[in-house]
This record gives sequence, structure tokens and C-alpha cells, in this order.
Amino acid sequence: MTGIYLHIPFCAVKCPYCDFFSSVWHRETADAYIGAIVRNLAAYELWDTVDSVYFGGGTPSLLSVSQIARVLDACAAHLHLSDDAEITLEMNPAGERAAYLRELRAAGVNRLSVGTQSFSDAQLRLLGRRHTAQDGQNAILTAYAQGFQNISCDLMLACPAQTEEVLGETLETLAQLPVTHVSAYLLQVEPGTPLSRDQALLSQCPDDDAAAGLYLQTVRTLASFGLHQYEISSFARKGYESRHNLKYWHCEPYLGIGAGAHSCLGRRRFCVPKDIAAFCAAPVQTEDTLCEAAPEDRILLGLRLSEGIPLSWLSAAAQKKLPALAGAGYLTCSGERVALTPEGSAVSNAVIAALLV
Amino acid sequence: MDSATIRNFCIIAHIDHGKSTLADRILELTQAVSEREKEQQILDNMELERERGITIKARAVRLKYHAMDGKDYVFHLIDTPGHVDFNYEVSRSLAACEGAILIVDASQGIEAQTLANTYLAIEHDLEVVPVVNKIDLPSAQPDKVCQEVEDVIGIPALDAPRISAKLGTNIKEVLERIVKDIPAPKGDASAPLKALIFDSYYDSYKGVIIYVRVKEGTVRNGDVIRLMSTGAEFTVTETGYMTTDQLVNTGELAAGEVGYIAASIKSIGDTQVGDTVTLADNPCEEALPGYRKVNPMVFSGIYPADGARYGDLRDALEKLQLNDAALSFEPETSVALGFGFRCGFLGLLHMEIIQERLEREYNLDLITTAPSVIYKVTMTDGTVQYIDNPTNFPDPSLMMQAEEPVVKADILVPSEFVGNVMELCQDRRGTFKDMQYLDDTRVTLKYELPLNEIVYDFFDALKSRSRGYASFDYELMGYVPSKLVKLDILLNGDVVDALSFIIHADKAYARARKIAEKLKENIPRQLFEVPIQAAIGGKIIARETVKAMRKDVLAKCYGGDITRKKKLLEKQKEGKKRMRQLGTVEVPQEAFMSVLKLDE
Repeated sequence: MTGIYLHIPFCAVKCPYCDFFSSVWHRETADAYIGAIVRNLAAYELWDTVDSVYFGGGTPSLLSVSQIARVLDACAAHLHLSDDAEITLEMNPAGERAAYLRELRAAGVNRLSVGTQSFSDAQLRLLGRRHTAQDGQNAILTAYAQGFQNISCDLMLACPAQTEEVLGETLETLAQLPVTHVSAYLLQVEPGTPLSRDQALLSQCPDDDAAAGLYLQTVRTLASFGLHQYEISSFARKGYESRHNLKYWHCEPYLGIGAGAHSCLGRRRFCVPKDIAAFCAAPVQTEDTLCEAAPEDRILLGLRLSEGIPLSWLSAAAQKKLPALAGAGYLTCSGERVALTPEGSAVSNAVIAALLV
Repeated sequence: MDSATIRNFCIIAHIDHGKSTLADRILELTQAVSEREKEQQILDNMELERERGITIKARAVRLKYHAMDGKDYVFHLIDTPGHVDFNYEVSRSLAACEGAILIVDASQGIEAQTLANTYLAIEHDLEVVPVVNKIDLPSAQPDKVCQEVEDVIGIPALDAPRISAKLGTNIKEVLERIVKDIPAPKGDASAPLKALIFDSYYDSYKGVIIYVRVKEGTVRNGDVIRLMSTGAEFTVTETGYMTTDQLVNTGELAAGEVGYIAASIKSIGDTQVGDTVTLADNPCEEALPGYRKVNPMVFSGIYPADGARYGDLRDALEKLQLNDAALSFEPETSVALGFGFRCGFLGLLHMEIIQERLEREYNLDLITTAPSVIYKVTMTDGTVQYIDNPTNFPDPSLMMQAEEPVVKADILVPSEFVGNVMELCQDRRGTFKDMQYLDDTRVTLKYELPLNEIVYDFFDALKSRSRGYASFDYELMGYVPSKLVKLDILLNGDVVDALSFIIHADKAYARARKIAEKLKENIPRQLFEVPIQAAIGGKIIARETVKAMRKDVLAKCYGGDITRKKKLLEKQKEGKKRMRQLGTVEVPQEAFMSVLKLDE
């Protein structure tokens, strides 16, 4: 089954650590953009059933309910959309939005991914986020009150001045909230971002050893709340694993629509140029081929999952390395599967490279 | 040509004292250079030479000068290398001349190398013409410098031309001095041929081109020449003189002249600098004095960073050797580094130049092992071995005595830095021999120093302890017994052969600690902890540990964009190529290089 990813590259303000493609929000541009998404949904002839639609960004919650409804109507009209499709929208905590959330739920969105990042005001300020810890909690509680049963929240790890204690408080707050899913990312300093130039702030970032400690603390604590790790940065209550994100790791097909969106369809990976005007103007979006889906992709991506991969996918040379890696506690080899441990996840680049190079 | 109108000379100068600039001015005034060429300093014709401001290989050009006496003269300007590594080549270039222009910087005075080369010139009976350059500098003290030349070298200098090669001031005076002060060459054009080889290079069309100074007799196209050290014979295809940009085939070179011979010679190994060329059917009785085979003094293993480029490295070394008979190499295998070559060099500068040329001109990525000198080892059974590769250093129980080469070093230093320099020499196991004040402010220090103490970084250390003012020259003295040990480096318990080196026992501990620290800095954290140990025999004398890495993860995979992960994997694959896998340890090539430069 295929997933649809809709990239909404608009933000009210760009966060200082973010290097994703987005631009400043304009109502008129957004209308034209939605029009182009709808055109593309009609143009692609997908024979496969679609069981996931994901509004990512950017900040998709800047869209009006009617804009979102227009897209979802197009999905229903042009795709084989399954009845139980997971329909996710990313939103930023901001202001009183009970009515918005209620209408969103009514329009068919059944999963929210809330960009909380932290429940510490000091941390949010250092990250340059424009909301407070209370805004984050309110967003989740309001969404729950308005009928959202499947709510994910984002956490940022290894942020400036983040200690185990600071992180612990955020996790405790999270435990009190009706969330079914957590995405926890280690802050990565991307070249070209304002953060990468802010030496004062960078000097407060935990070093690699401390960052690994914060990561493992998160894995352990979330598990104690019943949010089990199922992927390097994803945690969920049983049955609430993100259907959409799993497609990425399982090398299942997904179609990305929008400027900068990525797709994996057939045996081909491609992306759309990061050009909003061009996307709005073209009858059908431009596809820049990235590569053929390679056999090593499923190892590279599959090893990110806690379920791991079948042993047989690995080369004989890679299999020879397993005992030493298992001995050091980086992975487990139970029966016919190989999977990274949390410690192994923290050094997954090196472990995966050791097995693939 | 009437040999009375010939003047053969070279220029002696310290680096940066203006040799190339004066050479350019002379070339201009003798109309040897077009405007187009002037932008470059012509005699230094390798890119590397220009960048480093040094001259590696001698060059020679013929110039015509119309003098004030109304006569036309032929000048042969022979360029000489300026570094201690090339002392022998310098001496052969000097032997091709009757005179030398000594350039002294009006603001800095005489330097050690200038002094050494001037003495060498005087030994070869050259007429030394002092010239004071850079009189345009505000800090110039030409009178003081002239006095210094008289006091230190003992040649008349008070009326030396005072010039600015940069501005072109008084260059004409230098040319007139060349005519007046430097004697015309002697020699009988009808005697049996006796020509000195002072340089050679390989030309892919003509074979080896040898640069000669004809001392006696005449050589013509079609003659069969004999190279006296090897007895090899060749038929002359071309002979003549050199201009700044071409060879002019005149068909004949006679006594007193400087020029070239081409004789379809395939290998530069046949044309040793210092050898004598004579005619096969009318040979001279004895060769010119002073010839010796050039022996490398410093050895190092050179390996391609990418093992697949071994063949390219061999081809590159072969090509360089075509023009550099002093470079030697033979295949070598290292457990750590794979296939490479053991290369021999005249000295450290020579080594650096070869490495840079390999990297720059042949686009090779290299890993080089620590330079080693040749140690002399007497075994318990009485046999003697010469060891140029630490890997082959015998077990102490099998050795009766180990000896190391020692050099005589002359160091010229401003008196305020004498303390620093003496400390450095002491630290490098030097034996103090003599100290003399040249004047109120400058001192020559004479030391005996083990060669292995100066091949690493002595020159840099000397410069840094004298704020760049000290200069240094050395010559090999011989072998002395020494307490030498082989220091091994172990990673994860295994000896890394490429990191072993031979060192004096008293210095082993400090060096071992430093190397272990350097390696710790340069070996990245990996999935497993890496113990670093330094050992003599079986005894561990220093240790460090590279802790296992804890974080190396790319969290984001936003909107299904896996390109970053794939790029990262590609980068890791590329990175692996630059890493050496030693057991379970990955060692970046920088780690091998870092232990060569411990003072940084």
C-alpha cells in the first residue's frame, strides 16, 4: 500500500536550527500551492491503495481547514483511499485553536504530530521556538478534547544547556499527556543555519558522550511510560506506530507532492525541485530522479527499526562482524534477525557502515 | 671562440637575499630575456622552486655582453642549488666556474649557507666578487656589511658594488666586475677532451641532456664520448649552448665553454654529476677530481593512500628519477600500509620536495613513514649490517654494537639567541665543539650532531628558537657507537610496522609518550576502544586509550528524504579508503603523518 506525503513549505518564522525547505507564509501563494497539489493528485494515476496521507512541512497547520479539506477531497476523488487511512497533520503549538482542531478532525484528519520539542520554557527560548511549554501542553490537551486519539509529539535532544535533569522534567510532563507517539531527535547543527554561527549557544550544547546519555535516558524513560522504541527516533504505544513513517524504513512506496517533496515509487527515488513558484505554475510537478532503489537501502533503513532485519540480508563479510558488535552491546542476533540495541542506535551510522562497507 | 672573452660564473646567496632577482636583471641587461618572460624568475623553472624560493637543480645559460672596453663577452651564468641537501651538486657547479658573485643582503649580512658556499668557492679557487644587495631597504647598512665580508670571509669588499636588484640599481657595475675580476677560462681546445658534468635532465625526444663545462679539448656532433666513471660510450647527436628557453645546436663545444651534449642516453643513472666526459678514440689520461657517487642519507617508506594506485606511484617515481639521479627507491611491503617503496633522499628537504612533486604533479595521495638514517650494526657473529628501515633493526640480543651517523654542523646565529640554540643542540644530543664571534652581534656555533636528530624537524626548531635568524649547514662526519633502541607502536595489541623507529635510549620515553598522545588525538573514536601502546622489546613504556564512540547517529529522515543517509554512507565508504584497517582498528592516514611532526 502506498503513502502520500504532501509538503507544505511555509512557516510563520523559521527556527534557527532548521535547514528544511520552507518559505514565509502568504495566503495567496498557499491557495495557488493547494491548487497545484490538487492538480497533481488528479494527474498521478496510482493503482495501489493509499492508506496514509501526511501533511508535512514547513508548518501545515498554517493552512485553513477548507484548504486541507480541499486536498483531502481530491485524495478521495482521485486515489483508492482506504477507509482506515492514517491522515496526519503536523502542527505547531500556537494560541487557542479548539475550533480549528474540531473542524480538522471533522474534515478527516485523524492523527496530529505536534512540534512541542520540549516542555521547558528555558529550553524553548534557547531553541528560538515561539511557543511556551504551556502552549505545547494545551495544544495536545485541546486536540485530545476535540477528538484526536492519536497524537504524536516531537522532542529535541542534546539541545543547548540540556542536562539529564532538564530532560527528565520534560519527560515527566510528557508522561501526563495523552500522547500515543513520540519523535525524539538529537539536535543536529546544520551548516548554514543561524545556530551554526552562534558560538555562545553551541558552546552550551552537550558533547557527544553527554548527548548519548540523554538519548539513552529518553529511550529508558519513555519505555517506562509504555512508549516503546520502534525506530531510532520513534516511540509509540502498541498499535500506534506511525504507518506513514514505517513506509520509509520498510522501503514501501510513497508519493511526495510539493516543492522539495521526496518519493519512492516503483524502483525509483525522486524529488521535486525546491521551487514554490515553479511547482505552482507547472501542470504536473517536475521529478528529479535521485537513484534507483538499491538493495542496500533496505539494510540501511531497516536497521533503524527495533525489529531489525533478517540475518540473510547481510553479506557473509558483514555477518562475520556480528559477534564482535553483539559482544560490545551494539546489536542483538536472535534467531534469524539482527537488530540494533539502544546503545547501537546511538552509534548507528558507524554500525551500519561497518556492516555495509 | 676566443676563450679570453668567456666568463663562467655562478651566484652565491642565502635564500631571499636576491639571487633570482639579480639573475633576472643580468639577463635583461644582456638582452637574453624578452619582456614576456620577465614576469617570472627564469632560472628557477620548477613551480615548486618558485613557491619555496629555492633552487633545486642547477641551470646554465649563455649571455652576450658588450662591455665598456668595447669588446663583446660571452657569459655563462650557472645557477646553483642553495640548500645543504644539495652540497655535492653545488660543489660540481662551482667546479664549472672561474668566479662567483657573492650576494649579501645589506640589512641582514652573511648567513651560514652563504658562508659555507663561499668557502666552498674559495676552495675551488674561484674568484669571489662580493655584491651588496637591497640597498634600497631602510634598514640597509652596506658599509657594515662590506666590513663584515672582509672580516669574516677575508676577501676585499669595501669597493663591492652596492645594488638594488629589485630596482635595477648599479647592475651594470656588477657586469663590469665580472669582466674585470673573473679570470677567463684556461684550457687547450686541441688537447684530449675533458668535460665536467654538472647537471643533467631527461628529455623525452633527445634522451638525457647533460650540462657540461669543457675543461680541455673539443667535442663535436658525431664524436663517440665516454663517461669515465662507468666507461659507457655514446655518440653525440647534438652539442651547443643553452639560452633561457632553448638549446642551440652549434655542433661544437671547446675548452672554456659551458653547454650541453645530447647523445641518445636512455638513463640519467649513466650521467652522474661530477663525472668526466672524454672521447672514446682519444681519451684523456685521468678524470677531473672531485667525483663521487651521490648516496642517499635519509630513507622513508612512501605508500599510496589508495592501495590501487601503487602502479601510478611506481610510474611517478620512475619519471622523477629520470631527472633526479639522487633519488633511489625499491619496492617495500608493510603490514600496515600495504605495497609501497623505500625511498632514499639526500636530505629532508629533498624528501619533502619529492613528496610534494608526487602529490602535486602526479596527483597522488601519500602516506609517508618517519624518515630514517642508515644505522651501522655489528652483529654478535662479527658481521656488519647497514639498516635503513627500522623494521629490519635486529633484536638487541643479536647485536654487539649499533652505530649512528654524525654530522658536523655550523650554525650562524645572532648572539641573543645563542642560549636558545645551544639548548636545542644539547637537547638533540649535540657535542659542542666551538663558538666564535663574527662581530658584536653574530656567532658561529660548531656542533657534532647525530644525523637522526636533525632529519625530523631540526631546521624548523632552529628557526623557531631564533625568530628565523639562525642558519645552518652540515656535512657528514662518520659513524659513532650509540645506545640505540627500536621503539614499536602497538594498536589494540598489534605492532604497527610503519610506525616503528630507531631512537637513542635516553630519548625513547619522552618520544613514546608524545607519539602515544599524538595518535590519541588523531585516531577517531570508533565502535571499539583502541589501546595505544609504545614498547621497546616487550616492555610497554607509554600508553593511551581512544575511548569507544558513544554517539554517531543521523536522526532525521524527514518526509522520506533518505538522500542524507545515502550520502553519509557514501562518505563513509570514501572515508574508509583513506583509512588503514589494522585488525579491528581504523587508522586515518593523518595519524601516520602526525607522528612525524611532534612539535606542532
